[in-house]
Amino acid sequence: MLWIAVGFGGYLLLPWYVADGGFWSLEWLFGGAPLTADYASGLFQGLLHDRPWLLPVGVLLVAPIAVVGRPKADPVFGAALITIGAAGLAYVVGQGFTIGISGWEFPLLEPLLGPTDLRQDGMGYGALLAAAAFLFMVTLGFAARGAIKGDVFVVGSIGLIMALVAVFVFFPVFRILISAVQDNDGSYSFNLFLSKLFDDKIWGVACLTANLRCGVAWNSLLLAILTGISSTLLGLAFALIATRTNFRAKRLLRVLTMLPIITPPFVIGLAVILLFGRAGLVSQSLWDLFGIAPTRWVFGLPGIWFAQTLAFTPIAFLVLIGIVEGVSPAMEEASQTLRATSWQTFSTVSLPLMRPGLANAFLLGFIESLADFGNPLVLGGNFDVLSTEIFFAIVGAQNDQGRAAVLAIVLLAFTLSAFIAQRLWLGRKSYVTVTGKADSGMPVMIPARVKAIVFGTALPWAALTVVVYIIILFGGFVELLGRNNTFTLRHYIDTFGITRGDFGLVFSGLAWNSFFTTISIAAIAAPLTASIGLLTAYILVRQRFVGRNAFEFGTMLSFAIPGTVIGVSYILAFNVPPIEITGTGVILVLSFMFRNMPVGVRAGIASMSQLDASLDEASLTLGANSFTTVRKVILPLLRPAILAALVFSFVRAMTAISAVIFLVSANYDMATSFIIGRVENGDFGQAIAYSSVLILVMMVAILLLQLLVGERRLRRRAGTAAPVPTASTGLAA
Amino acid sequence: MTMNANSAAVRFEGVTKAFGAVVAVDEVSFTVEAGSLVTLLGPSGCGKTTTLRMIAGLEMVTAGRILIGDQDVTSLPATDRDVSMVFQSYALFPHMNVIENVSYGLVVSGMAKPVARERAEEGLTQVGLAGYGNRLPSELSGGQQQRVAVARALVLEPQVLLFDEPLSNLDAKLRRRVREDIRELQQNLHMTSVYVTHDQEEALAVSDRVIVMRNAEIAQEGTPHDLYEWPLDVFVADFVGDANVIRCEITRIDGLEATVRLGGTERRLPHRDLPVGEANLAIRPEAIRLNTEPSATAIAGSVRKAVYLGSHIEYAVDTDIGELFVSDSRDGQAITAGSSVSVTLAERGVVLVRP
Repeated sequence: MLWIAVGFGGYLLLPWYVADGGFWSLEWLFGGAPLTADYASGLFQGLLHDRPWLLPVGVLLVAPIAVVGRPKADPVFGAALITIGAAGLAYVVGQGFTIGISGWEFPLLEPLLGPTDLRQDGMGYGALLAAAAFLFMVTLGFAARGAIKGDVFVVGSIGLIMALVAVFVFFPVFRILISAVQDNDGSYSFNLFLSKLFDDKIWGVACLTANLRCGVAWNSLLLAILTGISSTLLGLAFALIATRTNFRAKRLLRVLTMLPIITPPFVIGLAVILLFGRAGLVSQSLWDLFGIAPTRWVFGLPGIWFAQTLAFTPIAFLVLIGIVEGVSPAMEEASQTLRATSWQTFSTVSLPLMRPGLANAFLLGFIESLADFGNPLVLGGNFDVLSTEIFFAIVGAQNDQGRAAVLAIVLLAFTLSAFIAQRLWLGRKSYVTVTGKADSGMPVMIPARVKAIVFGTALPWAALTVVVYIIILFGGFVELLGRNNTFTLRHYIDTFGITRGDFGLVFSGLAWNSFFTTISIAAIAAPLTASIGLLTAYILVRQRFVGRNAFEFGTMLSFAIPGTVIGVSYILAFNVPPIEITGTGVILVLSFMFRNMPVGVRAGIASMSQLDASLDEASLTLGANSFTTVRKVILPLLRPAILAALVFSFVRAMTAISAVIFLVSANYDMATSFIIGRVENGDFGQAIAYSSVLILVMMVAILLLQLLVGERRLRRRAGTAAPVPTASTGLAA
Repeated sequence: MTMNANSAAVRFEGVTKAFGAVVAVDEVSFTVEAGSLVTLLGPSGCGKTTTLRMIAGLEMVTAGRILIGDQDVTSLPATDRDVSMVFQSYALFPHMNVIENVSYGLVVSGMAKPVARERAEEGLTQVGLAGYGNRLPSELSGGQQQRVAVARALVLEPQVLLFDEPLSNLDAKLRRRVREDIRELQQNLHMTSVYVTHDQEEALAVSDRVIVMRNAEIAQEGTPHDLYEWPLDVFVADFVGDANVIRCEITRIDGLEATVRLGGTERRLPHRDLPVGEANLAIRPEAIRLNTEPSATAIAGSVRKAVYLGSHIEYAVDTDIGELFVSDSRDGQAITAGSSVSVTLAERGVVLVRP
């Protein structure tokens, strides 16, 4: 009954509403909590500050004491907890939505209950704890009734994750749908919605017949398809080189393809401008050498496509290398013993086996391209796509939230269909032939003509990537690349200067503020993201329960929601009570958590399905509860997955731009949005300098994490081969 | 450790387990006496492992009750049951050394670490692995890993000890020794044990009683002797040991005995509640004698195949009553294929069974 105490404690002592100083501010400790109006707890808000609707919360919080003495198996115990908890949750949520910052939230209530001067702010610690207490009452009740073998920890985790996903994924998306059918005054108009939805600016096809612009939806689709195809083909070429040729510098290739992952997406676009823009290095050289006049071709579809292909090929590579390695050499050897030539083997056996993987890589590239915000922003020119249009609809002179919402819905529809297609169609159709037994045989080398094609495309591309990174590294050290190539440290001093002031060292560089914010936000978000992702993976892999598929879908869904859509939806959903967190660091952390959670889930699922389930069962039958089991058995065996999840969420939090640009505030500016600001000012030098520092920091962070997480394992396993924790353990020795 | 004071009986009362539409265990009832070893035997998919996992609390029953001792544990999760289990894969935690593995259960139930270690050392001594505490599971042989798994389960002195096909990952020679070790340990500690296997010889060797399962139900329950000598039906006769199932005719029943006509011969056998008319006779391969000299009172046949196996010779014999599988362990020269033989049946190993 810990949760009654926690819930009531929160209700009694902690401020019910969020304090003006922000969520993290501890001002209330000295500011008169729990009595004064600003910091009063739920109980005293109800008693002293004229908010009587908060009083029933307390009654519901203590109600379960009535059943405390009863045994767990008593059906009344479970039923009572479920009822009280659900009622409490519904009441807290209901009152939060009914009474807003300026009275009734629903115009319908006004005539019914009369005008009101009731008002309340966003929920704070007290409300949070009370809601958590109600939630865990419900899950405790379900566990007592025998759900998931009566496992309190697992039922509680499922409840917690469902609640979080509902609040931070489904609720914001729902808010978008609502505001799409509202006009800017807040009244509902379905016709307006339709006219916005089928606007020519979105769906127009004028570019086919006349020299006019097409709708942004078509632009986005075209770009996404092109990027999907090109990144898949290049990714396949790299994957084939890495696994099926005796190419010497394979490791270098891997590093090269990993690099873009730690690169903020728009930095590639920036480098492309510096190379191929009108004043770009390459364009200028061509003018000097051959008299080819520089053009603006790079601003628009070709440039974005080019930059996105550079950025997303590594993702395709990572998907495809698993697929190419997964094609069992035995199949290819069988084909060869049946007298097929190496070309026949490749085209009739290997390639068809990779088909689902290719489709998967394409869909990923497609989704990433649609969601990409940085490159179109930097390189867009007159070529508008959905993600940037959403941004301009909110930020630009129009400030049309309805239009942004409609555009977001269109974008969401595209990515969601791709996501659902991927899950329904490809989920069942996998030819991966890895059986878990050691596969004998060597992978067959690819035939000569394929090899020629593969090297012919991949190597120039790799060279180009190298050039791009050289630009990023050195661009910061010259005045203005292409125009004035004299060496300078000016950009680094401007951004990261430290001067000696009156009180010791002063971080006088422009970038320090956003730099520290970014590091701390990413460092807070990474472990949270990894924990919720791995916890979800544990539940998905190890537990069977009703609604498991829906649970899985819900947790993976946020992968398909483009960052811009998340940004818009978070603004719409969390700008007003009951949850009022825009402009704080919390909203940034939350957006990273739920945006990157699917990757933690994936990493967790992949490595957890390799752990024999009897390991957990052994721990359970030895008397450990499932929390202890997770802590002592599963987590230590999952170190690689933990590392992957941590690194990924950290890196994504550092490099993300699309959602961030909506959510940053003066107090919490992030590195990426700062850089974009520099780019818009034309300060390419500073932007590039800052970017290369970011990339360096991420590399260091990855190495550090690797040392931290890997250290114990190394000591333990010293000298012995890592045991394979599967059913074959017994046979291995 | 001597007599285990914790040992308790296990009782199933009409237990059913369904996975969706598939019924894995269908209204099964049985009792495992305290201190005895009972084996669940059956082909794969018969529900024996599900039954075992329900005792452990790793599966929850769909209907019915499970009692351990006097306590109804039906809705208790695995953690809260005083039961431990030896897994088929052993499930040793690969990141902990042997002593950490064995003391794991004690530590997580709140015992102080030094005490737990001491107890774990005792447990390791009991299974003959004293001094192996600092090794990792991956540094042990299969048989040693198996014994660590047993020690880990034993040190908790559970009410019931469960074995899920514990020998299936060992080679044939080792299997025989380890099963004797397990049986000895179980008898010394007087530990209530439930053992799952699909190997009938293993079941006969280790058990006080055997429960034969088929299609989610109990086919027959009894001592190893009962099951082998008096199988109830064709399935049990064939699954526990080998059997030739031959059609025969019951011509008369008087008292407990039935007169059975088989080929040209007649013999008297316990009727086992079967009515007059067509019936099935289960004949053990070693209950059939072959003789090269013709005899008027025997069934005539001819040897189709003879396989020399060292300790005995196996024959396939064509007769009027059908093809017979014969195992002959007497000394002497093998009868060559193609020879005519006369077939007689021994006193033991011939029994009427239900279809």
